[in-house]
Amino acid sequence: MNGRTDIIQEVEARLGSAAVAARETPRDGVATFWTPAGRVGEVLGYLKNAATGPYAMLYDLTAIDERVREHRADGVSDFTVVYQLYSFERNEYVRVKVAVGGEQPEIPTVTGLWPAANWYERELWDMFGIRVAGHPNLRRILMPPWWTGHPLRKDHPARATELPEFHLSAEAEAAQAAALEVRPEEWGLDSGGPGREVQILNLGPHHPGTHGLLRMVLQLEGEEIVASAADIGYHHRGAEKMGERQSWHSYIPYTDRIDYLGGVLNEFPYVLAVEKLAGIAVPPRAMVIRVMMAELSRIASHLVWYGTFAADLGAMSPVFYMFTDREKLLEIVEAVTGGRMHPGWFRIGGVAADLPRGWDGLVRDFLDYLPARLAEYETLVMKSMIVKRRTCGVGQLMAAEAVAWGMTGPNLRACGLEWDFRRKQPYGGYENFEFEVPTATGGDCYARAEVRVAEIRQSLRIVEQCLKNMPAGEYMSDHPLATPPRKARTRQDIETLITHFLGVSWGPVIPPGEAFVASEGAKGNNGYYLVSDGNTMSYRTRIRTPSFAHLQAVPALCRGQTVADLIAILGSLDYVLADVDR
Amino acid sequence: MSPAGTIVLILGTLIGVLSAAALLIWVERRGLALLQDRLGPNRVGPLGLVQPLADMVKIMLKEDWIPPQADRAVFVLAPMLVLGGTLATFAVVAAGPGLAIADLNVGLLAFLALSSLGVYGVALAGWSSNNKYSLLGSLRAASQMVSYEVFMGLALGGVVLMAGSFNLTEIVEAQRWVWFCVPQAAGLAIFLVAALAETRRLPFDLPEAENELVAGYHSEYSGMKFAMFFVGEYVGITLIAALVTTFYLGGWLGPWLPPVAWFVAKTAVVVCGFIVLRAALPRPRFDQVTALGWRVCLPLAIVNLLVTGGVLLALE
Repeated sequence: MNGRTDIIQEVEARLGSAAVAARETPRDGVATFWTPAGRVGEVLGYLKNAATGPYAMLYDLTAIDERVREHRADGVSDFTVVYQLYSFERNEYVRVKVAVGGEQPEIPTVTGLWPAANWYERELWDMFGIRVAGHPNLRRILMPPWWTGHPLRKDHPARATELPEFHLSAEAEAAQAAALEVRPEEWGLDSGGPGREVQILNLGPHHPGTHGLLRMVLQLEGEEIVASAADIGYHHRGAEKMGERQSWHSYIPYTDRIDYLGGVLNEFPYVLAVEKLAGIAVPPRAMVIRVMMAELSRIASHLVWYGTFAADLGAMSPVFYMFTDREKLLEIVEAVTGGRMHPGWFRIGGVAADLPRGWDGLVRDFLDYLPARLAEYETLVMKSMIVKRRTCGVGQLMAAEAVAWGMTGPNLRACGLEWDFRRKQPYGGYENFEFEVPTATGGDCYARAEVRVAEIRQSLRIVEQCLKNMPAGEYMSDHPLATPPRKARTRQDIETLITHFLGVSWGPVIPPGEAFVASEGAKGNNGYYLVSDGNTMSYRTRIRTPSFAHLQAVPALCRGQTVADLIAILGSLDYVLADVDR
Repeated sequence: MSPAGTIVLILGTLIGVLSAAALLIWVERRGLALLQDRLGPNRVGPLGLVQPLADMVKIMLKEDWIPPQADRAVFVLAPMLVLGGTLATFAVVAAGPGLAIADLNVGLLAFLALSSLGVYGVALAGWSSNNKYSLLGSLRAASQMVSYEVFMGLALGGVVLMAGSFNLTEIVEAQRWVWFCVPQAAGLAIFLVAALAETRRLPFDLPEAENELVAGYHSEYSGMKFAMFFVGEYVGITLIAALVTTFYLGGWLGPWLPPVAWFVAKTAVVVCGFIVLRAALPRPRFDQVTALGWRVCLPLAIVNLLVTGGVLLALE
């Protein structure tokens, strides 16, 4: 892409041809190769540290259960573990695949290379039953500890109706309650000893400061946090598993519920990935509508963050003002899409309908309204002495650490790294818009806040450009796989009628292949990695969410700070638990 | 004053203070709503005025639960201390000439002593709940009080020097020529900070700190015991506002209107100021609050006291 050497050739040249077992050319054009399980650490270590344009970020780590896949690479074993790395120098991803199989599939850990690998590898064990040798704490992460089976395996049932009748015996109930007891040593915390007492504070999963179902276990010294651990999974709804039983089209509303404050920002990478698999080009009007709705959603998400962040710092009023503004914004979303938080508005090949009459007036009014309010909030929140005292230097992170934790979006830009995927790898037409990428240098809670506040103004700019330059034309592609299919010609001939009928009832049959699309969501880089087996449903839907990576860094961020700081840090990271647990 | 007169005065003060607290609940909820672009409770009675009554009925019908791990006796005693201590302090407050239940010649000291009792209630509540969040809350309350009581007294030292008395009636009378808020502006500022901390309200609501400590020291309280904390807070605001009025705003002094009307009006203005502050400010961190107390307020209070004394000496 940028004139650098082909990374796969480089790996072959430097580590020997055995390091690259096979190459692959997926539809998304990401450099992909297979490597033997025994050499994972070596190959990834090379890519991270020694490669030209090193791949500093472990972007994603997941697996595919290949056992019932028809269109698969030759010689593939039962499971494929997929490492996806990202290089800032190259502005490129690389995907390393590893085949594992047998009754007890196993893979070596890479936590020594990236701290971020910890949770991803636990998820690998939890969801696929792939053991990670050498992992410091290989326990279930999303499912409760008493769960049997590994949900993303193809032989694990997806629906409650496939399971035996549910009955909670007294013993099982007691066991489940016992599993919730805090045993500090399980969390890597100090459990005390004879003559030495340790204060452990269980915070959550129901706590006013955690923004949802998050549980933290804190080891305290007075109010200072000596060590801590995060427990997630309380909001897990099996979104990835659902992707395997919903048609390509009917999965769109499910994506809304991932980052439930981000609305169409979730749908964006999903439909783009499906369109990449199907080879659909979207008409210009649809592209601009998408960008406009995406930016409005970003503002809505940032407004919620703004208010709740202020509330986390104890300010009572701001949250009411910001929710009032968001209400005005949601009225636009409602006028255009009919929905509010979960619009379900993007379609494979375009959007669900054209903009309604009068949309421009609504958008114009909002564009005129918000900047003055933002100026007020600046005085009320960002310029407040108390807010500055509470957030400056709290939860500080260097850019390199942020990258090692897989942080993206505003949290990364707060460390001074100007990295916005709308700008660096434009998708969906973002290359046509003028906007700045705000950054801050502190890397602390205040810097993260500064970045988001500035981003609201930039999003307003983009919306204004959409308003002024909305192209005329179709809002939906004519491609046969675009869903729902166009109805225009169905009454002239039987073939198009049949195609239409199948497209509506079964949904489109997407050609086999793999495609990945990353987008700049409100919280950070949100990526969908879709595997099609040439069916009406996805074979594997992998959702790489920013919140998962951000939350994993919390124990490192709050070490040595107080309980009050922890709440400020959690607020400043702007995660959504549904986005963490999926 | 005759014993009968004293009893009438006690009952009058008690009813007056409690209804003021009830009204204050309404004022605060509607006032905050006004400041926050929303309506607030407006359904019960005209303008929602009967809302506090409805709240009381509801809270009396609630289960009054004592958690099994709690220290029962102390758990029950703690809210009484908070409400009782605050109410008792009103004994020295005079809403008009001769209207103090106990016109003590050490009234100011009695106020300092009685108001410090409240923190025992908070500390004991957190301790006896046997809940970590409550404990953290009560620890914060205790250290906040230790830091703020000191300079609260020192700030009032200026007033005492100028009035030449600890008696609240005499302090008011001493302000005939000029209210103490003018010569004692610095003292007023320091006293306001300490007084706010005393009421445990934003920005000094660290013992409660909802986002951090769930509900802090009263996390485990429900029903009437919670109501005592709740009403205690509003009685506390009324008390502090009444004392700000007495010490710095000339008490009942004022032209045309009867003295009590002036006293009530001034107190109401101070209370509204507290409500606006609550709507406007975020909450500082625990160590910052303590640092503000020891590093800024305490030296300022000492300087204020020394300057006041020096000026008074020079004038003599």
